[in-house]
Amino acid sequence: MGSMRPALLTVAERKAAQGHIQKIKFDTPFQPRLDALMHTAEWYDWAGYRAPHSLWSEELEYFAIRSQSALFDISPMVKYRIEGPDAEAFCNRLTLRDVTRLKPGRVHYTAWCDDSGHVLDDGTLFRLSETRFRLCCQERHLPWLLDGAFGFNVTISEETEDVAGLALQGPTSCALLKAAGFEGIETMKPFDIREFAHPGGTVTVSRTGFTGDLGYELFVDTPRALSLWDRLWETGGPYGLRAIGYAALNTARIEAGLIVANADFITAETALRADRARLPDEIGLDWMVDLKKGPFNGRRAIEAARRDGKARFMLVGLEIEGNVPADHAIIYHRKKREVGLVTAAVWSPTAKRNIAIASLERPYGDSIVDDLWVEIYALHELQYTKLMKRAKVVSKPFVKLARRTQTPPGDF
Amino acid sequence: MTSSDAIVIGGGHNGLIAAALLARSGRKVQVLEASKTLGGAACTEEFAPGFRVSAVAHLLNQMHPEVIKSLKLESHGLSFGPGAAPTVTLSAGGAPAILHGGYGERLDGVASSEAAAWKELRALLLRQTGILKRFLTSPPPKIGNLNRKDILSFGSAGFALMRLGRDEMREFMRMILMNIADVADEHLSDDRLKGLLAFDGTLGHHLGPRSPTSLLGLYYRLAGEVSGTAGAQVLPQGGMGAVANALVKAAEAAGVSFRTGTPVGRIEVENGRAASVVLEDGETLKAGIVVSALNPKTTFTDLVDIRELDIGFVRKLRHMRMAGNVAKLHLALDEPPEIDALASEFQTGRMVIAPSSDYVERAFNPAKYGAFSENPAIELTLPSLTDPTLAPSGACVLSAIVQYAPYHLREGWASGKAKFMERTLTLLESAVPGLRKLVRHAELLTPADIEARYRMPGGHWHHGELQADQMFVSRPIAGHAGYDTPVEGLYLCGAGTHPGGGVSGLPGLNAARHILTREA
Repeated sequence: MGSMRPALLTVAERKAAQGHIQKIKFDTPFQPRLDALMHTAEWYDWAGYRAPHSLWSEELEYFAIRSQSALFDISPMVKYRIEGPDAEAFCNRLTLRDVTRLKPGRVHYTAWCDDSGHVLDDGTLFRLSETRFRLCCQERHLPWLLDGAFGFNVTISEETEDVAGLALQGPTSCALLKAAGFEGIETMKPFDIREFAHPGGTVTVSRTGFTGDLGYELFVDTPRALSLWDRLWETGGPYGLRAIGYAALNTARIEAGLIVANADFITAETALRADRARLPDEIGLDWMVDLKKGPFNGRRAIEAARRDGKARFMLVGLEIEGNVPADHAIIYHRKKREVGLVTAAVWSPTAKRNIAIASLERPYGDSIVDDLWVEIYALHELQYTKLMKRAKVVSKPFVKLARRTQTPPGDF
Repeated sequence: MTSSDAIVIGGGHNGLIAAALLARSGRKVQVLEASKTLGGAACTEEFAPGFRVSAVAHLLNQMHPEVIKSLKLESHGLSFGPGAAPTVTLSAGGAPAILHGGYGERLDGVASSEAAAWKELRALLLRQTGILKRFLTSPPPKIGNLNRKDILSFGSAGFALMRLGRDEMREFMRMILMNIADVADEHLSDDRLKGLLAFDGTLGHHLGPRSPTSLLGLYYRLAGEVSGTAGAQVLPQGGMGAVANALVKAAEAAGVSFRTGTPVGRIEVENGRAASVVLEDGETLKAGIVVSALNPKTTFTDLVDIRELDIGFVRKLRHMRMAGNVAKLHLALDEPPEIDALASEFQTGRMVIAPSSDYVERAFNPAKYGAFSENPAIELTLPSLTDPTLAPSGACVLSAIVQYAPYHLREGWASGKAKFMERTLTLLESAVPGLRKLVRHAELLTPADIEARYRMPGGHWHHGELQADQMFVSRPIAGHAGYDTPVEGLYLCGAGTHPGGGVSGLPGLNAARHILTREA
């Protein structure tokens, strides 16, 4: 069964566990390096951690992703270790996709639902071995996972604080890693996982990312986090390595058409309003729902919703005329009827288009896709300019880069 | 591989009723029972040579007339014996109060002003029960997905409530979640009657008389009837096993086949639908539908592959409270005890040792913390007085329900059992002096024993606490009320479903009727 922290009984133990009161936001294992590079002082809260929104220049950080190499601290990402003879069966029951087809040494992007088929979160499932998985996600789910472990021979623990993570993204990232001694990195295919030597042990590298670009994610035990950063940083100069914050990453991820929990949809457990929870089919994750694989959590509800036509929403990509990002703008049909909301929007520097991810109420976005308009309020010196801009439903990703999947990647 | 239209798992009284009703619709129905005999906890067992007793429930007060009628149970041998049995309050040295007919239609041994107050309270409670009664015989509404029938049923309750008049409607809404001790205090002054109400409101529940909602337990009792008399009770001739026998005969007549000594290993689910039942010995029995009369938790966590079930559903099932709090005592006596204060005809009913609300509340206190009552509340019967076949000639059987005896006893029942037996016998001796020297054999069934013997988790005779949060639209669990389960073709029909435990037959009746509408 899953492990839990024992109750803290003595005063000393309780005091020791109250450190978070002294510090409103946690430091990540890379904090000394981030602090040294921070020029904008733009921090934001990522799951209780102090994380950079930008470090020096939002725009230039973005171009590091698309033209050089960008280093982004992903340590605050919530991580669970799932281990045991029934780990595969457990994950298969938990998530939407077929885990029996996920080979050891591979990752897949997946999602999981509550009993009513509403998405609890999306994330990546790493199969580190036949019997060991790592689930990475946005929200905390330990009680759900532990309850789900009932009847399975599996151990589940949260390892968010034990494992530090770095995303290294960009066209020169493979070459950089090769130069830093990650031998054979160029043979890794997208969604491959491999262990590489690192002083004091190993570092787990996956060819994954959140940018739609060539890129890797590196995981290491927290005590060796700084030595990993230094190893990359020392090699990174000639490859244009830059540390980046979330703003740059967000632009890249919107271009890649990737969604963020509690930004593009509200997760079922955090939704306060009953009608905010979403089925996979309502947030563009219908492709994950594998009805060929047997039972999984929420399957009955999802099948029933499909049968009864209960999916009420649609997550789509929009291309909007003009160049003003339409963040959280209301979408109208024939400029009159409210039919949805933009969940994320940006002027795409790479596509050179004004793009957005939007949630529409069906049939808009589904069978009715024409005559859609976006109402943008641009605030200029205490005066709104109201823009009504035409929006076109387009397929995602908005930016598709051959180098994302090319193997071996280009050398530099 | 044999095949049935329906397999009913568990040959307790609800399983038998569901099986019989399903078979009468022309289906081929088989009942699988783990133990050697049918009837489940409705049984008569020999606990000492020549001494037989209703081993769990010993009074019949809730068998629903629709069950009796639809299965013609009287023609299959169901006999209520000599009519409504009295209830008597018993205490050391005190004079008894005697309730006749349906829950004290008439009283003896009570001051006339108190008798008038009782009459008024009894009538009020019966009127209120009348509002609730209509919900007993239909599946609980599915909140968020009400059908026409549900709305009509709520509507008729609302209408019946309005017909009582505004004041009484308000009084009902005020009272419904009250505790029984406060209700009793508002109306009565005689501690013996208040103690009896306290006992009847809490019997079989993990509640004390001052726990909120303990009035519901009394409503549940008063919703029962015998031969048209609300609140009445009888000691069935031949013990509760005779009731089970009548049900077996009715089921046989309907064409049901039985297999006893046949524990089920698992329920096989194929493509989301229950397809077959695999016995513990490996034999597979195919079935069109599977109906489980077992505890809801047992049904799913023991018999169904957990992967077929959703996490939230299993979580709720595992949180269902079902720790029993009642022990059963059986005494084989050399001869009937002498109860000085009580004329012999009043010894044929039920005698309750619960001299006041405080007494019952104090009995409950230790149970909250995993200890048994130092002075338990006791309901005792002497069934051999009206059915001499239960004991050797001249001897006597004493059957007693003793609470509180928490399933999760802190010290464990291995050592606690003897101590609790001693406490109980000491208490009985003080109420019935001379009893102990008549005892030839004594058997105490703790909740742990009841669990092991009758496969009732927690030894809980309701298959799960029957409290406001686990009843009606939340029984067995919220979001999954009624007899359907997430697994297609798998239904529940036991006491864990609406309306709950007791030998009422209603879960079995409602489940069968519901299944017949679903699987036409």
